[in-house]
Amino acid sequence: MFQVRIHGRGGQGVVTAAEMLSIAAFEEGRHAQAFPSFGSERTGAPVVAFCRIADKEIRLREPIMNPDALIIQDPTLLHQVDVFAGLKKDGFILINTNKSFEELGLGDFVRDWHHDRLCTVAATDLSRKHVGRPMPNVPLLGGFAAVSGIIKLESVIMAINDKFSGKVAAGNIAGATEAYDIVRAEMEEARRKEAAHA
Amino acid sequence: MLKQCEGSHAVAEAVALCRPEVICAYPISPQTHIVEGLGEMVKAEDLKDCEFINVESEFAAMSVAIGSSAAGARTYTATASQGLLYMAEAVYNASGLGLPIVMTVANRAIGAPINIWNDHSDSLSQRDCGWIQLFAETNQEALDLHIQAFKLAEELSLPVMVCMDGFILTHAYERVDVPTQEQVDAYLPPYEPRQVLDVNEPVSIGAMVGPEAFMEVRYLAHAKQMQALELIPQLATEFEKVFGRDSGGLIHTYRAEDAETMVIAMGSVLGTIKDVVDEMRDAGHKIGVLGITTFRPFPLLAVAAALKHCKRFLVLEKSLAVGIGGIVATNVRMAVTGMGLKGYTVVAGLGGRAITMKSLTSLFEKAGRDELDLLTFLDLDWNAVNKQLDREKQTRRSGPAAEAMLRDLGTVASKIS
Repeated sequence: MFQVRIHGRGGQGVVTAAEMLSIAAFEEGRHAQAFPSFGSERTGAPVVAFCRIADKEIRLREPIMNPDALIIQDPTLLHQVDVFAGLKKDGFILINTNKSFEELGLGDFVRDWHHDRLCTVAATDLSRKHVGRPMPNVPLLGGFAAVSGIIKLESVIMAINDKFSGKVAAGNIAGATEAYDIVRAEMEEARRKEAAHA
Repeated sequence: MLKQCEGSHAVAEAVALCRPEVICAYPISPQTHIVEGLGEMVKAEDLKDCEFINVESEFAAMSVAIGSSAAGARTYTATASQGLLYMAEAVYNASGLGLPIVMTVANRAIGAPINIWNDHSDSLSQRDCGWIQLFAETNQEALDLHIQAFKLAEELSLPVMVCMDGFILTHAYERVDVPTQEQVDAYLPPYEPRQVLDVNEPVSIGAMVGPEAFMEVRYLAHAKQMQALELIPQLATEFEKVFGRDSGGLIHTYRAEDAETMVIAMGSVLGTIKDVVDEMRDAGHKIGVLGITTFRPFPLLAVAAALKHCKRFLVLEKSLAVGIGGIVATNVRMAVTGMGLKGYTVVAGLGGRAITMKSLTSLFEKAGRDELDLLTFLDLDWNAVNKQLDREKQTRRSGPAAEAMLRDLGTVASKIS
C-alpha cells in the first residue's frame, strides 16, 4: 500500500487533490481511498488530506501517520505544522515553491535522502499562468506523477476531466503537464549529480 | 458500474435509484453532501417525479416526512447529531405511526462540547425510538443498505435509519459499484402503503390511545421489530441474488473460526479492526470479529450464536452511556446472559478521536491475556483529565472544563491525528 499525505491551507484545493489522486489510481484499476482531515473548513487554516493506493480493497480507516509521500501545497506551513511527522525514510517530498530545499531551511533534514525523491515545483505560478487562479493542487498532481511514478500523467488528466470541464479542465491539464515536465527534468538533474558524485 | 466517488455521492445515487417521491432536509454536517446531491438531481430532472422540500429545521424535516409518507409518497430525509436530537419527538411519531420513511444518519458526536466529528452518540441516543437501525461498514454497504432499507421499511411499514460514519465514510472517496435502474427496479417494487391519507377513503392516522389499548399498540411495535429479525436476512439474500453482493443482514463474522477472543463493533472501524486481526492471526492469536449490521432490532440470538465458542469478547464502541459505560456492550451482554463469557467494554473514537491499528493491537493483546479493565477508554489522555480533576478539587470557581483542557493542550494545528 502506498500512502500520500497532502498539506495545505483551506482554499487551496487540498481535499480535491487527494480525491483526484484517488480517481487517477482508480482509472489505473487500483483501489484507492481519499479522505480529508475532517476539520472545520476555514480559508487559510492548515488542512490535511490523505490518499491510500493499493492493489486490494483498503479497509484501514486511521489517518496516515507514516506516509510514503508528502505533497506540501503551502511552504509557509513548514515551520507551523509538523508536516514531516512519521514520513518514511527516503519518502517522496514534493513542495510547491520556487525555492530550493536548502533555501527553505530543510537542507539538514534531507541531507541523507535520495535526491531524486525531493522535488519542488512553483505550482501556484503554473496555476496562475494556465488557469488564471492561484490553485496549486492540480499542477502538483502532475509533479507528483513524475516524482513518484505511482500514477501516470494520463491518469491525472483523466481525473482532471472527471472533476472539471471546459477551460478550467484545459488549463489544469496544461498546468499539470508542465509541472510533470519540470519535475522530470529536476529528477534527471538530481540523478546526474548523484552519479557524478558516486 | 464501478465508480470512484465520495460516500455521500454514492448514497445520493442509491437513494435516487429507489425513486423517492419526496425528499425533505435541513442541512447539517456531515450529511449535507447527500441531500445537496439529491437536490441537484431533482433540479436537473435526473430524478423525476420527486419533490425536494427545503425546510426550516430538522423538526420540520421529519414532520414533512411524516406527512408525505402518510399521503403515500416514498419519503427520504437525512440528518446527524444535534439535528437528530432536534427532530426526536417527530422521530418517535414516525415509528409510532408506522410510516416507512428512510433516513440517513451521518453519525456525528453530540454536544456539548460542540464537535462536528464522528461517533455513534446520535443514532444510539434514539435506539429505543422504534426505528430500525442499520450500520454501514463501507460506502458500498451504505449504498446497498439504502436500497434494502426502502424495501424493509415498506414491507413492515416501519421507518429505517441507515447509519454511516460521518466524514470517515460520507467524505471518503472510494470504489463503489453503482447498480443500474433495472436492477433496483427488479428488487424494489413501487410503494404500496398499508395506510394512506386518501380523500376518497378517509381514515385518521394518529389517534389518541388511552390506557385501554396503549400497551397493545406499543407491543405491536415490538412485534414488528421481531418480524424484522426474520425479514432482514431474507432481504439480504434476495439482494445478493439481484446485485451479486453480500450486503446487509443482521451480523457478519470474520475469522471467527476457533477464535478465543471476539471483537465486536459497528460501522467503518470494522475495517481497521479486520486489518489488526489479520496481523494478530499471523502472529498466532486466536482472535475474530463480529460486526453488528442491524442494531435495532438487536439480533440477540445471532450474537449469542456467534459468540458460542469464544472465551471472551470485547465490545469496541463509539458511544458512551454516561454513568454506566457502554451502550452496544450492554446489549451484547444481554445476548450472552448465562454463557459464562468474560466481557470487556471499550469506549473509543468519541468526537472523531482516531482509532489506530497500534492502539487496537495492544488493546486486543491485553484482552487476550485478560488484563483489561471491564471498562476502558481507548487512548484517553489521563494527564489532561487528572489535571482538570485536580483543578476542580483545589478551586471552587474552576471555570468551564472544556476551555481549561483546551488551554492545557495548546495548539492542535500541528498534530496529524
